[in-house]
Amino acid sequence: MKKEIKIALVGQPNVGKTMLINAIGKASLHVGNFSGVTVEKEEIQFEYNDYIINVVDLPGTYMLSDYSIEERVTSNFLRDEQYDLILNIVDSTHLERNLQLTSELLQLDKKIIVALNMIDEADKENIEINSNYMSELLKVDCIKVSASTKQGLDQLLATIVKTYSLEKKEPKFVFSEDMEEEIRNIVQCLEQHQYPKSLSHRSLAIGLISQNNEIYKELHDKPIWIYIEPILLKAHQHIKIHHEEHLILDIMAMEYKAYIDGLLSLTVKVVKKEEKLTITQKIDKLLIHPLLGIPIFLFFMWGLFQLTFEIGSIPMDYIDAFFGYLGDTIGATIANDELRSLVVDGIIAGIGAVVLFVPNIMILYIGIALLESTGYMSRVAYLLDGFFHRFGLHGQSFIPLVTGFGCSIPAYMSARILKNDRDRLLTLFIIGFMSCGARLPVYVLFVGAFFAPEMAGNVLFAIYMGGALLGLVMAKILKMTAFKGESEPFVMEMPKYRMPSFMLIWHTVKTKTLMYLKKAGTFIAVASMLVWFGSNYPKNINLSTQYEQKIVKVQDEQQKTILENELNEKLLKQSYLGEMGQLLEPVFEPLGMDWKMAVALQTGLAAKEVVVSTLGVLYSLGGDVDEESSSLIQRLQENIPFASAVAFIIIMMTYLPCLAATIVFAREAGGKKYALYLFVFTSVVAYVLAFIGYHIALMF
Amino acid sequence: MTIIEAEIGKIYKVKYLNATGSLRQRLISFGILKGVEIKYLAHTNLKSNYEIQIGKITLALRKEEAQNIEVE
Repeated sequence: MKKEIKIALVGQPNVGKTMLINAIGKASLHVGNFSGVTVEKEEIQFEYNDYIINVVDLPGTYMLSDYSIEERVTSNFLRDEQYDLILNIVDSTHLERNLQLTSELLQLDKKIIVALNMIDEADKENIEINSNYMSELLKVDCIKVSASTKQGLDQLLATIVKTYSLEKKEPKFVFSEDMEEEIRNIVQCLEQHQYPKSLSHRSLAIGLISQNNEIYKELHDKPIWIYIEPILLKAHQHIKIHHEEHLILDIMAMEYKAYIDGLLSLTVKVVKKEEKLTITQKIDKLLIHPLLGIPIFLFFMWGLFQLTFEIGSIPMDYIDAFFGYLGDTIGATIANDELRSLVVDGIIAGIGAVVLFVPNIMILYIGIALLESTGYMSRVAYLLDGFFHRFGLHGQSFIPLVTGFGCSIPAYMSARILKNDRDRLLTLFIIGFMSCGARLPVYVLFVGAFFAPEMAGNVLFAIYMGGALLGLVMAKILKMTAFKGESEPFVMEMPKYRMPSFMLIWHTVKTKTLMYLKKAGTFIAVASMLVWFGSNYPKNINLSTQYEQKIVKVQDEQQKTILENELNEKLLKQSYLGEMGQLLEPVFEPLGMDWKMAVALQTGLAAKEVVVSTLGVLYSLGGDVDEESSSLIQRLQENIPFASAVAFIIIMMTYLPCLAATIVFAREAGGKKYALYLFVFTSVVAYVLAFIGYHIALMF
Repeated sequence: MTIIEAEIGKIYKVKYLNATGSLRQRLISFGILKGVEIKYLAHTNLKSNYEIQIGKITLALRKEEAQNIEVE
């Protein structure tokens, strides 16, 4: 039996936690939460010698407070859950700040290891760290590591096992003499009354002095409280007088800072180079320039969508040809007509339509991953906050909103960085207007069909930007009506620029692409089959034979084709899907849409990818039988007027996100009723705008 | 004076923080404490947001928050 070691991975944001854990786990890495539905904390498991190491990757947090939901998740986990040790990752180039969190962790009375990450960058910046001495002073193992150069990883693993097997050591953290005296008084009181050691008495005393809610709760109901209270009151008075400060929050921060400064002065040597601008400052001179900053950002976004379209379209012909070939080859081996139709027209056509867009989606995800991992995302939040604030949004709303261009699900979850409930709800409501990656195929299809090729990239950019602007306007309207009130403060760190790690980007893009493909193989395959079934059944033998007789009688080839088309059209119309579509037709008629488009939009409520496959199935069965115009794009061009296509695109941009996203939305917003609000809100917006768009497009 | 009245590129000492509750906590978690030196780096086009440096941390603030940091 292998022993399991459970590790809580804790660190401040931007210390390279995820990258480090990927580097340690190597190829044996198993990433949990594949679906990305609960990213609260990720679990990663791998084997090392005789041990199974189970790492819980907790959200990055600056302090163990409950300022944001992420901080709450982390501090609740550290306090309430079972784990063997804390692995605290710190950025070696930012020790002064990072060790603040470490100081708090040291008071928790748990086994702890400190990983001095990014040691290679520290070397480059001439920061010399004496980690042995640091370990000795803190009585905690401090290991130099680097995720990018893989330095120190073996030693880190060995230390994990060693720490796990050895008894817990009391870390050494010394407060100022006054503080220590008060701690001693409380510890003495706890010992006198033989209070059980749920935590070490010292940890309890520090918790009381630093006004930790949970520790108050624990002791408050106990008989011992009447002895502790007077001591504690006096302790607070003394400390406040001594520090000439009346807030314990500030006093604790000063205490931590004083010890860290002392520790660093003994263990870290910085060889100062002459004062000149760092690379980050140089880049920032340009990228967050008061005037040029925003145009540069817009240019990057424009470039991304151009690339998505231009490069993404190169492999599309091959993929299309491959699925055509696959359909023909497999179709030839199936004798039964209906079964062949199910496999070729239903499953293969449906999946093919979805796989076709993998290259586009990969490029989009690479773009978003780059934005995130280089540190540029925070700059954009800074640049846009002033603008966003006018619309009632927060600069940090930008992060969930941009994530929304990839997929709404992680976007809804990343809205947690907004502490204020109103700000978060507001952001949640408009995330859907940022067109997600799954909607891209629909746009690519329609833009390809209805706009000139040289315009395609621009139109795509306009669609995305239009959605974003619409989101802002809606935010303002909501802020003035449903979400009135104070806004959340904007205080955000601007991390150093980093060269994006190829491995990390590859990992993110690969995971997301696989997720998309997995969805194509399961959910969408089933949905395609349902659509195929709905459009083929019930059969109408009478109608078929009636037409077949007519067709036989007619000699002229053209007449034959016309009759065959008529038959297909009629068959489709009386199918289940046709019935449903016709039921909805009166609703969609003012938008210039036929029942096929109406049905495609409904299937999009399940998942946006299904829209394309539905269109594929509906228009390939009901259209003409001319082999030369077999591509879906051509069929759409023949069957859909331009103005209706515009209305269709507008609805795609604005209506309810897919089922999975709506579920996550309801969870994040705090109740099912919000899903209903979202449905009503988006439907009204979509319908009104599509109506306007349709009538404007009619004028051209 | 507060940060927003300061001069770009100069270094100041924090006199006191005029914030309470979670905003205070957040500022402190970034190391903005009485007596600490901060450098005023930049502001956005319409002076709606400010960039400051504390030690090696670069921090972005909105005008409303920056006004809470009294410096000398």
